[in-house]
Amino acid sequence: MNALVGLLRKEMLHIVRDRRTLAVLILLPIVQVVLFGYSIRTDIKDVRLAIVDPTPDATTLALRARFAATGTFRTVSVLANTSALETLFQTDAAQVAIVFGPRFGEAIGRGEAAQLLVITDATEPNSGVARENYVSAVVQSFAADLPPHRGDIRIDTRIRSRFNPTRASANLFVPGLMAMVLTIVSALMTALSLTREKETGTMEALLVSPLRPWQIIVGKVAPYVVISFASVIAVLAEARLIFGVPIQGSITLLLAEGLLFILVSLALGILISARTSSQRVAMMGAMLGTMLPTQMLSGFVFPIESMPRALQIVSYIVPARWFVTIARGIMLEGVGLTYLWRETLVLAVMAAVLLAASVRSFDIRLD
Amino acid sequence: MGRTLALARAEVLHVVRDKATLVQLIVVPLLQLLVLANAATFAIRRSPIYVVDMDRSSASRAITNRLAASQYFSLVGYSSSPGDANEAMLRGRVSLTLTMPHDFEQSLVREHRGTVHLDVNSEKGSAASIVQGYAIQILNQYAAELGAEIQPRDTRTGRIETVVRDWYNPTLDYRQYMVPGILVALVTIIGTLVTAQNIAREKEMGTLEQLNVTPITKSEFIAAKLMPFWVLALVDLACGLLVGYFVFGISMHGSLVLLFFAAGLYLVAALGIGLWISTLVETQQQAMFVTFFVLMIYLLMSGLFTPIDSMPGWVQLASELNPVRHFVTISRAILVKGAGLSEIVRPLGILAVYGVVVLTLAVRQYDKRSA
Amino acid sequence: MTELAIDAKELTRTFGSFTAVDHITFDVHAGEVFGFLGANGAGKTTAIRMLTGLLRPSSGSARVAGYDVATESESIKQVIGYMSQRFSLYDDLSVRENIELYGGIYDIPRAELRQRVSDVLTQLHLENAEKELVRSIPLGWKQKLAFSVALLHNPKLVFLDEPTSGVDPVTRRQFWELIYEAAHRGTTVLVTTHYMDEAEYCDRISIMVAGKIEALGTPADLKRQAGVSSVDDLFVALARSA
Repeated sequence: MNALVGLLRKEMLHIVRDRRTLAVLILLPIVQVVLFGYSIRTDIKDVRLAIVDPTPDATTLALRARFAATGTFRTVSVLANTSALETLFQTDAAQVAIVFGPRFGEAIGRGEAAQLLVITDATEPNSGVARENYVSAVVQSFAADLPPHRGDIRIDTRIRSRFNPTRASANLFVPGLMAMVLTIVSALMTALSLTREKETGTMEALLVSPLRPWQIIVGKVAPYVVISFASVIAVLAEARLIFGVPIQGSITLLLAEGLLFILVSLALGILISARTSSQRVAMMGAMLGTMLPTQMLSGFVFPIESMPRALQIVSYIVPARWFVTIARGIMLEGVGLTYLWRETLVLAVMAAVLLAASVRSFDIRLD
Repeated sequence: MGRTLALARAEVLHVVRDKATLVQLIVVPLLQLLVLANAATFAIRRSPIYVVDMDRSSASRAITNRLAASQYFSLVGYSSSPGDANEAMLRGRVSLTLTMPHDFEQSLVREHRGTVHLDVNSEKGSAASIVQGYAIQILNQYAAELGAEIQPRDTRTGRIETVVRDWYNPTLDYRQYMVPGILVALVTIIGTLVTAQNIAREKEMGTLEQLNVTPITKSEFIAAKLMPFWVLALVDLACGLLVGYFVFGISMHGSLVLLFFAAGLYLVAALGIGLWISTLVETQQQAMFVTFFVLMIYLLMSGLFTPIDSMPGWVQLASELNPVRHFVTISRAILVKGAGLSEIVRPLGILAVYGVVVLTLAVRQYDKRSA
Repeated sequence: MTELAIDAKELTRTFGSFTAVDHITFDVHAGEVFGFLGANGAGKTTAIRMLTGLLRPSSGSARVAGYDVATESESIKQVIGYMSQRFSLYDDLSVRENIELYGGIYDIPRAELRQRVSDVLTQLHLENAEKELVRSIPLGWKQKLAFSVALLHNPKLVFLDEPTSGVDPVTRRQFWELIYEAAHRGTTVLVTTHYMDEAEYCDRISIMVAGKIEALGTPADLKRQAGVSSVDDLFVALARSA
């Protein structure tokens, strides 16, 4: 046991001595929360509106005033015809245009259909659709004040937002970010530190020592478990303080699930290091094998149900996918194991299989 | 010039000799493009919906059918009591529950008014709003058609007829938006990472010292290091565009010449940043870490995946200093919107200034002599 | 009075509190083969790095080929060649490509370069290996190639930092023949070594101990003054007294 303690001490010293890497390990999660918090947003605000009103009259002015009053729209340009619209859209000066049909107010007064054309920049489809919805809402509320006609049927929709009533983006990404940080610290750093021992030849010294393979593994990875755990707590605290992200469910359960995910990531890191001999290759392997899938296929940023079937199937073997579901469940929905046992079981099986494989990969190198 | 060419030629030979690098530079980005273009989508498709139909009327079934037929939804549950629906939502299986009360149809026919309940799982933030919007669209459309059926419209009543046009991306295809962005990201990552490692590698190998005792000037040196990767990145861009066009059917409305001209300017800045990093660090590993960090900030704050307009004001201001943001803007403006030179003059100018500043910094930072 | 190729006065370099080169003063005459001797860590490489303009001196001055190392290091680089301790040609380029690369960097006109490439290949008996990647040729050949590349632009002065370390005696012998050939053509040679037998081949030598030059002169003079029979003995005597 003394040997194991010695190894642990050595590993801690490595980490503490290498100031630069330690700084990256500590700063990275903290900076990432801020970065993601401010950048991964799709809220619609301050929409740049262009108005084409060939024949202004009381009605069009009233509708224009409605847009101005919402606070969502900012009128950037009022034109008499559509010829300049293209340039406004191409330079991004305008995002939405409403084009009044000729003699708009007159038409309504005569009891006819007045034409209104709504043009959106749909380059980014969701923003485009969302802006359309805002425009439609304004036009509808305006039209509701016009004399009603008899055939109209209305369906009122009572909406209840569940789990994230403010629809803040931060609530969405923090669970995913935890997975991301854990992957970087656990998988990447473990892979790098093990490969470094191979590169410098010190691994051989360890292997000929009386230490058992599992002891070497424990000694190498235990410090990273501690750092990973600290990072998770830092991310949660920061998310709470800066962005007010809630934890509805049990924090103990969340941390326990985090530990499970850490084990999976560590095992992946060990496996990567077993297959590679240089830090460069290990880094590439860790990036392609763990970080990229975590980022793209975990549902962290992009919804899985929108992906092609093949990618959805691939996402089932990405551990982060399961962890993100669990973390969202606990943090936002406040549910417990009753609802999350399936995902937990999948992670547990992954952890068992990968850990067994990683210890084995170590044994093989011994002879 | 002769010196620069001699060194640049050697640089090309390094790349060509190392098959692994070549694969990393050409094949990996193309594979990434193929995967990312499919994965990087915020499109709402087959969003799981649960319908609680307490009415069991022709109206409620018609609405259910419309939802089920829509590409935006997939009907995962249909029952007449709310218990199962609630359970499904807690399990995270559905993003939307539509509840139609038992007097729904009756009230529609008699009072021309009906009320439904929509429970939205809003974990996914603004995506939830979009899903909700689609559901309301379907409900409204049904209401309008039902109205026309029950009682032909009285043409004597004034009303507003709204026509909606989605410019530049009428099919609301996310790939039209994402592929130009992904191309920028890939070209940036490859170019910056390779150049950042380059000088650090020569430092590690000891070959830099041999160059430092030669009369080669600092600008000649930086130029020689820049040129091969500049060409390579443009080749990557060209390959990516071909894949985008033939595999994903990406529209190319603007001038490709203009795009490549802008890319040329942008790459001077992007690769210059890589070289600058390379002159600052001692080892390849440090170069990798620093580049990774810088790129993460640049890419996240570039409007690549999420619109700049949604970010807080101070972030928007700060992002003016981000060359990636400007090139993302330019490439989308040219490819998707068909913009010409006069529409992209501002971001193009910023990129040009940026390139000059970064190159000057890199040349000044690179010292043939240690202090 | 012959022209001085190197004229160093009180040249000093410190790294923090460590003084790597401690006020060394020496000169090297044009056309001379000058041996720069010392144990590992005595400060030879640091001194050479200052003279070649790779490292700024902390104090003192030196002129190389008439140029000041502190202010005119780029002019120095036009007229010197340098072969560093670490093999510093490109592994993944062929023999010919490496020569052509440095020919280009030193702005040797194309026609002349072609001639010199073939001269070097003949001289080193590498005609059949010109397309081989440098990583695949033996160490001795690599060293000779590095030497020829350092001389490619006919420098007035060439710095050789431990050129023969790690090569077999036969190759060492050949290497010194190359050095003499260069000296014969008028190139001044400053060579560091820790093989004391090689010191006997030099016109004059200096012996550095712990950053200082402890002995300077012809091998014969130095041996006579110290009353020893070989440079090796002289060196051991100096190292002990330090």
